[in-house]
Amino acid sequence: MEYSNLTGMQLDVLREVGNIGAGNAATSMSILLNRKIDMNVPSVSIVDYNDMMDIIGGPEELIVALLFQIEGEFPCTVYFILSIEEAENLIQNLTDNKNFTLMNDLSHDELAMSALKETGNIVIGSYLSALSDFIKCHLHPSIPYLSVDMAGATLTAGLVEISEVSDYAIVINTSIVSDSTENVQGHFFLLPEPDSIDRIFEALGIEND
Amino acid sequence: MIKEKKIVKVGIADLNIVTSPDIIRTAGLGSCVGVIIYDSSKKIAGLAHVLLPESSLTKQSTFNKFKYADTAVPILIEKLLTNGARKFSLKAKMAGGAQMFQFASNSKTMKIGARNIDAVRDQLTKFNIPIISSDVGGNVGRTIEFDPVSCQLKVRKVNQETLFI
Repeated sequence: MEYSNLTGMQLDVLREVGNIGAGNAATSMSILLNRKIDMNVPSVSIVDYNDMMDIIGGPEELIVALLFQIEGEFPCTVYFILSIEEAENLIQNLTDNKNFTLMNDLSHDELAMSALKETGNIVIGSYLSALSDFIKCHLHPSIPYLSVDMAGATLTAGLVEISEVSDYAIVINTSIVSDSTENVQGHFFLLPEPDSIDRIFEALGIEND
Repeated sequence: MIKEKKIVKVGIADLNIVTSPDIIRTAGLGSCVGVIIYDSSKKIAGLAHVLLPESSLTKQSTFNKFKYADTAVPILIEKLLTNGARKFSLKAKMAGGAQMFQFASNSKTMKIGARNIDAVRDQLTKFNIPIISSDVGGNVGRTIEFDPVSCQLKVRKVNQETLFI
């Protein structure tokens, strides 16, 4: 299907998909960190690949990306993206190590890697369970894959399937923000594979031609 | 008058060419491959940022030819020749083709970096263009910059020293 033909109502539905998932994820993040987490209004954008990198700050922006491949009735890729500072903050909180820095070689720090991945598991797990209730289908997430690298390099990994079908990706983007001074902000990127979009509309009984 | 040096940026699934004193650059290569083809005495160089290996994979009726190695490389060569490069003196350098995530499942996504590298190499072999140097594979992102005067390819990786190849 051509994304450009989506109606306003269909875009609203996709926005709601992001909303429901991230709302739940913000709650688990809040429990995990024991502080208040706010959520921004989700956006749905149909963007070409270069624009997608710009949402995060350009292709060279250093990011911490947790990627989940979702299989089953609704194949898609979900990213939980944090900036370096945000991820450091998160790890410092979770591991009680205030001197932790991500700029050291991460592969030697098993505890930090594992803390990050587990956070991803919890947060994305709650994102997906809300989503799965909403669209009434089973979602099977992969284990978390972690990469700390340039946005262009990490985000194209989620585009391989989509790029065979389209030059555009539909990005359902929600960000969560902590209100404390130690700012923790995360982005959720949901990249549905083209067929999945039809399935969402079908599941929700939305007209689609 | 001396022309001011500018940096020409190439996006994902895109290509372009530059002549001295300009330099050409592409940022954030992951599994994508950045291939430079140049004619050193004419001081002209082209860069293609290839996303996928083969255009036969496409499910689109019309597609962006700059996206695939097997369509982008011939277009890049053609563009260079039209702008004064000579076929016999073309040389190539390449970087990218990393595997950013260590996927466990055997999906197509898994080996895309390696397949991109092979596809670009095949094309260069087909056109008899020698590969002078390359920095490919691994699991890191790269930003590359090429100067058609020095013919050096600058490769920047996160947390590593910048390479000139």
